[in-house]
Amino acid sequence: MSQVAGRVTDDVRFVSKTDYLRTLTALRSEGFEMCADLTAVDYLTHPGRTLAPEVASQITLERFELVVNLLSLSQRRRVRLRVQLSESDPSIDSAFDLYPGTEAMEREVFDMFGITFNGHPDLTRILMPEDWIGFPLRKDYSQGSIPVQFKGAAS
Amino acid sequence: MTATENMASEIVSAGTSEGGQELQLRSDVSAKAMLRESGAVLRMSESQVASLADTRSDDQTMIINMGPQHPSTHGVLRLMLELKGETVLRCKPVIGYLHTGMEKTGESLTYMQGGTNVTRMDYASPLNNELVFSMATEKLLGIDGDIPERAVWIRMMLSELNRISSHLLFMATNGMDIGAVSMMLYGFREREEVLRFFQKVTGLRMNHNFIRPGGVAADLPAGWRDDVLGLLDALPERLAEYEILMTGQPIWRERLQGVGVITRDEAIALSATGPILRSTGLAWDLRRDLPYLRYDEVEFDVIVGSYGDAFDRYSIRLNEIRESMRIVRQILDRMPQGDYRIQDKKVTPPPRGRIDESMEALIHHFKIFTEGFKVPEGEAYVAIESPRGEIGCYIASDGSATPYRMHVRAPSFVNIQSMPLMMHGGLIADAVAVISSVDPVLGEVDR
Repeated sequence: MSQVAGRVTDDVRFVSKTDYLRTLTALRSEGFEMCADLTAVDYLTHPGRTLAPEVASQITLERFELVVNLLSLSQRRRVRLRVQLSESDPSIDSAFDLYPGTEAMEREVFDMFGITFNGHPDLTRILMPEDWIGFPLRKDYSQGSIPVQFKGAAS
Repeated sequence: MTATENMASEIVSAGTSEGGQELQLRSDVSAKAMLRESGAVLRMSESQVASLADTRSDDQTMIINMGPQHPSTHGVLRLMLELKGETVLRCKPVIGYLHTGMEKTGESLTYMQGGTNVTRMDYASPLNNELVFSMATEKLLGIDGDIPERAVWIRMMLSELNRISSHLLFMATNGMDIGAVSMMLYGFREREEVLRFFQKVTGLRMNHNFIRPGGVAADLPAGWRDDVLGLLDALPERLAEYEILMTGQPIWRERLQGVGVITRDEAIALSATGPILRSTGLAWDLRRDLPYLRYDEVEFDVIVGSYGDAFDRYSIRLNEIRESMRIVRQILDRMPQGDYRIQDKKVTPPPRGRIDESMEALIHHFKIFTEGFKVPEGEAYVAIESPRGEIGCYIASDGSATPYRMHVRAPSFVNIQSMPLMMHGGLIADAVAVISSVDPVLGEVDR
């Protein structure tokens, strides 16, 4: 845990896309048994996101960021991984083989952001209808600007 | 050969295949391999299933839909069940029928308004949703250590009473699903008494928006202590009635014991939390293990089961009501005096009286409720123990008055994944008991 101005902050680690699975494997053997949460952020309109200078110099910021919260039940602590994913290739390896509980979470991220997970057993839309076009939580998906899509409705 | 045929032949030949002889020790099998071998999840799309429908008539298995309109699916959960006779082979929960894009909505609401949005996610425990959202906002603001004591203890009391009302709702719906219909009336009756107290405190039975960044919306009303004591005195007797009506009843035990079994490793692998994880015997409760508010200062027991079945999950919830009552009693003894919200002009509107006297106060009030307050750039994840498990809130802020991204880690959404595993190999009638024992709230699943 890092101390900033006397306050205990979260344990956050920046991981590159290629190291993602390797890091997860290492953390899992370190005792992080559970993947509590997996989500993403689209930093299209806020690309800079303020980071400590020593962190910012080491990573290339991309449009998408995958955020994975791991939980260690035995050590009672959490770690958060932030993975940068580029706009041109928003894909990453699936964590399903290590944490099967990420199945629904990865499907949700795919559904909402269009990030694909290689090796996911069933990468389909989960919240939106199967034939939906577009990814609602992307920042360039504006509300109300497209015709409302409903199956079988007269247009 | 189609997928269903494959599945059927696998089941027949599983014991004799060459691969089956190379058995590893259970402890060496990875969680993934264990889940793949049990093959409980039906990984087919709706269109694939639809195309199967007319192909063969002499099929050994069939796929049927349960829901989304089914009384025991607790809302609009739909299950595609692959059946062989009455046995459930695989299942796929189909969700999204209640999806209204609440995370997207959250991006256009200020931190002041955000509570009205998140409180509608898990509508059976709205106060826990508000609490986790407020705590995440406070963490970003850097005021999480400065919340007045009274506000913290009020939050704790409401959170525990909400746990009681949520578990009472579970008692009611679980009873109804299994066939103890009178239990539904009793459960709702008791829950209504708790909600009546919420109405007195917050003004609303549900969707309170009472716990806000910086504290709570108002102080407790006069006579609150007597109301809470009234609840605490009435409930034990009612819980004893439940024990007679259900726990000791042979039919009840027959329907629940040994149904929907999940092991500890499977629950951890599937990220299941709350009563599901505790039913496997693992005492994991964020209130005790990663304490927030003042849970480290009150005494309570973490209830665990031993078999990981539906009966364990039922009795865990029943006894958690008792533990919550124990916590509420301690809170009554220790409720401090003082302010119910932080006196930080940035996040707290001026008191009502000041608005009539001072132009500045009026402007301040107006600005806070129209523009909201700005939150420093950054990101934070906060998790607390809701009645259903770990509810987390992840907020990324760009320094404006609305969250850049607001994500809620909904326990029901994650817990639903363990349903196929629990149903695998059981009867279709037990599927109802399994859904009920997971206790999903679809508002939170679909968000």
